[in-house]
Amino acid sequence: MSYQVRLEVFEGPLDLLLHLIKKDELNIYDIPISTITQQYFEYIDLMKELNLDIAGEYILMAATLTHIKSKMLLPQEEKVGEEEETEDPRAELVRRLLEYRKFKEAAEDLCEREDIWRDVFYPKHEVSSEFEEEEVMLDVGIFDLIDAFKEIIQRMPDKTSIDIIPEELTVRGRMSALIERLDVTGPEGLTLWALLEGDTTRRAIVVTFLALLELAKLHLIRLLQIEGDDTLRICRISSNDEAGEAEGGDADDKETD
Amino acid sequence: MEDAEIKAVIETLLFISGESLSVNRIKNVLEDVDLSKIKSLFWELQHEYEMRSSGLRIVEIAGGFQIATRPEFAGWIKKLKKVKQSSKLSRPSLETLAIIAYKQPIVKAEIEDIRGVDSTGVIKGLLDKHLLKIIGRKDVPGRPILYATTREFLQYFGLREISDLPTLKEFTELMEEDESITTSEAQSITAIES
Repeated sequence: MSYQVRLEVFEGPLDLLLHLIKKDELNIYDIPISTITQQYFEYIDLMKELNLDIAGEYILMAATLTHIKSKMLLPQEEKVGEEEETEDPRAELVRRLLEYRKFKEAAEDLCEREDIWRDVFYPKHEVSSEFEEEEVMLDVGIFDLIDAFKEIIQRMPDKTSIDIIPEELTVRGRMSALIERLDVTGPEGLTLWALLEGDTTRRAIVVTFLALLELAKLHLIRLLQIEGDDTLRICRISSNDEAGEAEGGDADDKETD
Repeated sequence: MEDAEIKAVIETLLFISGESLSVNRIKNVLEDVDLSKIKSLFWELQHEYEMRSSGLRIVEIAGGFQIATRPEFAGWIKKLKKVKQSSKLSRPSLETLAIIAYKQPIVKAEIEDIRGVDSTGVIKGLLDKHLLKIIGRKDVPGRPILYATTREFLQYFGLREISDLPTLKEFTELMEEDESITTSEAQSITAIES
């Protein structure tokens, strides 16, 4: 005999608790804590049996439930003359469940919106490429750069001269030198060959290569390739551009016009 | 310029813009026309599209206006050409977005407090999709990062602005209605039994 186990995927312990409450039509404001604790542990056991990873959050909730249960078992202290009721040990949990449920509903609402709006399409604008003849610049991946460097290094004359390596040849130093050079060249940038002029040793080329990688990672430069040409170009991304893109603001649009 | 001409210019700009156009941006182009005029012509244009049951419509989205297809015609579009559609957002993603949308700016700890689970990965995914952005750091010990939703978020969910979302109070009221129905049902059952 085989059992078919259908285990719903829960987003977390709160989601699981809400499910248990809904399933048994329990009153969320008056949760029978021992029933729910028992059911919660059954689920945890089931997850264990299925070899699912049980996140720490589930264990924490198990502890919380047990704690509440034990508190509920304690006899209420009789406080003569005091009108004030002691807080229900479940209050905090109920508050969290209600709060979570609110956002769960909000997420469902977003999901419905997503269903509708992902089927809406807009005209695409390709004005700039049609109206002005522009070079189409392709963004280049890191592997194109690696290929280019491999080529350069292979082309280098195989000199066996022993270089006395000057101390100032550091990636950091090269990074700032590159940025300075790119800042004065303007938006069209420099070709990789131009940048490597003056790098006569293998070591110098490697340092430039590492510096370029680091700058690309920091989003300070962009690697571009003009369509139909395999020359790599390196351009500076100015910090202004980035801010403008992020805002998508009107002021920025005016500037570029 | 005649109103009809201005309207035609607006329609042209909408068609070509490729993103939602705010009244202010139209104003930058049509310098001599005042804002309220532009806005009312937008409404007129929108109405005209509705009236002639066009396949297109003008939607108010992400702080502006944009020409869009109707969702019910999506099937035809997909029959004509392959449409690249990103996969739907996961439940954790939607949950996290909902929390941020209503509580922004918000730090990760607050999100996790509500969800009851670690949300690092989900937040990173949403940042990558540009549905979230970092808008600064909270001035408390540890200076945690503050998150907010983006313009792309509005675009993705077809919202004009964040306040277009139903209020959380509405959700609560809906739920309380449910609650009161069950209670009154319960009461009526007891009444019958007795």
